[in-house]
Amino acid sequence: MIFKSSRRQLLALLLAAVAPLSFAQSNELSLLNVSYDPTRELYQAFNPEFSRYWKEKTGQSVTVRQSHGGSGKQARSVIDGLDADVVTLALAYDIDAIAEKSGKLPADWQKRLPHNASPYASTIVFLVRKGNPKGIKDWDDLVKPGVQVITPNPKTSGGARWNYLAAWGYALKKGGSEAAARDYVSRLLKNVPVLDPAARGATNTFVQRGLGDVLLAWENEAFLSINELGPDKFEIVVPSVSILAEPPVAVVDAVARKRGTETVARAYLEYLYSPVGQKLAARHYYRPIKPELADARDVARFPKVNFIRIDDLGGWQAAQQKHFSDGGSFDQIYGR
Amino acid sequence: MAGATTMHLGGNHAARFENKAATSETPLVKWTILAIALTFFTVFLLMPLIAVFVEAFRKGWETYVTALVDPDALSAIKLTLLAAAVSVPLNLVFGVAAAWAIAKFEFRGKQFLITLIDLPFSVSPVIAGLVFVLIFGAQGWFGSWLIDNDIKIIFAVPGIVLATVFVTFPFIARELIPLMQAQGKEEEEAAVVLGAKGWQVFWYVTLPNIKWGLMYGVILTNARAMGEFGAVSVVSGHIRGQTNTLPLHVEILYNEYMFSAAFAVASLLALLALVTLVIKNWVEHQAARSYRDTQESAS
Repeated sequence: MIFKSSRRQLLALLLAAVAPLSFAQSNELSLLNVSYDPTRELYQAFNPEFSRYWKEKTGQSVTVRQSHGGSGKQARSVIDGLDADVVTLALAYDIDAIAEKSGKLPADWQKRLPHNASPYASTIVFLVRKGNPKGIKDWDDLVKPGVQVITPNPKTSGGARWNYLAAWGYALKKGGSEAAARDYVSRLLKNVPVLDPAARGATNTFVQRGLGDVLLAWENEAFLSINELGPDKFEIVVPSVSILAEPPVAVVDAVARKRGTETVARAYLEYLYSPVGQKLAARHYYRPIKPELADARDVARFPKVNFIRIDDLGGWQAAQQKHFSDGGSFDQIYGR
Repeated sequence: MAGATTMHLGGNHAARFENKAATSETPLVKWTILAIALTFFTVFLLMPLIAVFVEAFRKGWETYVTALVDPDALSAIKLTLLAAAVSVPLNLVFGVAAAWAIAKFEFRGKQFLITLIDLPFSVSPVIAGLVFVLIFGAQGWFGSWLIDNDIKIIFAVPGIVLATVFVTFPFIARELIPLMQAQGKEEEEAAVVLGAKGWQVFWYVTLPNIKWGLMYGVILTNARAMGEFGAVSVVSGHIRGQTNTLPLHVEILYNEYMFSAAFAVASLLALLALVTLVIKNWVEHQAARSYRDTQESAS
């Protein structure tokens, strides 16, 4: 009987498949950095640099593991139990949410590292197709009929929330009233054919699938797409006004304490502020907080932008409440 | 397998049927239908499959191998194999037990049980994943208890295995129930009358009768276990080198502009699908043959 004779072989095969997967924990240190979507390349370059630094300094080997996704979704995962030693997310509110909902780090986390705990900054720019066929120069051009705008979903993506607030801030400044801002944003959202869940997905929609005339993107993401996919295909348009986006970093105290990684986790984040960290940030198209530490050639790539700050819009807690909570301005506008 | 057998017999029947002028279609209709089927087959099945392999080898054999021996890729392969290695035997035991109970016995709530078995098919995989987050997540029902006892389920290997077991739950049972119902319980009853004990009945009567259907179910379970994306994506946490399965790894590579590497890993999954198909056909062939043999020896 075929079945009977092969039973033992099947069992042996199964054991052979499972055996090398034993869950033995090695003694070396490991960190989990839960980050948002466009930082993949930055941390891929930064992690080995930090491991080398830490090995030289203390003799300990440390492996840094990465997890990437939409900033809001990643924060949700940490709240639900993803064991992040450090979080490096797109905006302060998402780390606030972790502090508030899970209590895994204190509410004043943003004061523990210099510069609002943001070692690098970025802004929102427009990525358009080569030659700028629709003649897009500034925010007003985005609401013209026939222009398709690609931006991710602000419910899950941090970058999208910066996009949304940059647009809101621009209209507020120009129109001078809340009503003008709301009207501008609702006209803008009418030109959005698809809302991807995260920034990298939106970039792929624009770049790979060829959808849309303009991508509202992180400056670093826009530079990266040009770099990866050819300067002959896209160009960057810097609007007259944009928002200063400060992606913050924090140690998740409760997790680091449990895993015994508090010291190395703190050192990991502090290293982002070192010359090595600042150089790498600038090389991966993030605006370094201390530009004097980075290569002048990298820094020269960043155009001057008139910045609105999140504090001009009342800070993250207020902005989140007003625009992105359930029933907030985004729901009111997009639900219609 | 019952389905394959009827198809086979049906084939003979159709040939005889078509030989008669009165019952055959005009060549025009026949070729049009054939052309439509072939076009669909080429556009929707063959071309994507070829595209995967073309893209995978676009940058040469070396890039292909590099993508597959990358430590993150290897860990994804291991995790995928582990998820399959746990979910297949578990669902094998469950599937046989459930099908046995449903086909050979009468009890209250039988219809309800059948519906319940189908649940993983009707629920979207994303919901399936979220259910596990709700139950085992830090804010979930057992969250604080799990944390107190330092047990990790969500965003770790157990969660991925759980999600995989859940979505592959119905395959074997669904395969076996109609087969066992069609076979009835006369043979088992005969065995009992001749003095066989419970396990003897199972090993010597029931199992040989269902072995090909069972194999088929195992193959389907295995294929789905290795290819599952949605539910696993929700509970994975996407930690590279730790909680990424092959399909998730493909997505990561694609999102990082490493298209050739993404397709290289995808081609591995495609190969798995092809091997599965070949084995599946072989199993069907064997099943049809064994059915024919029993028919002949009976007559």
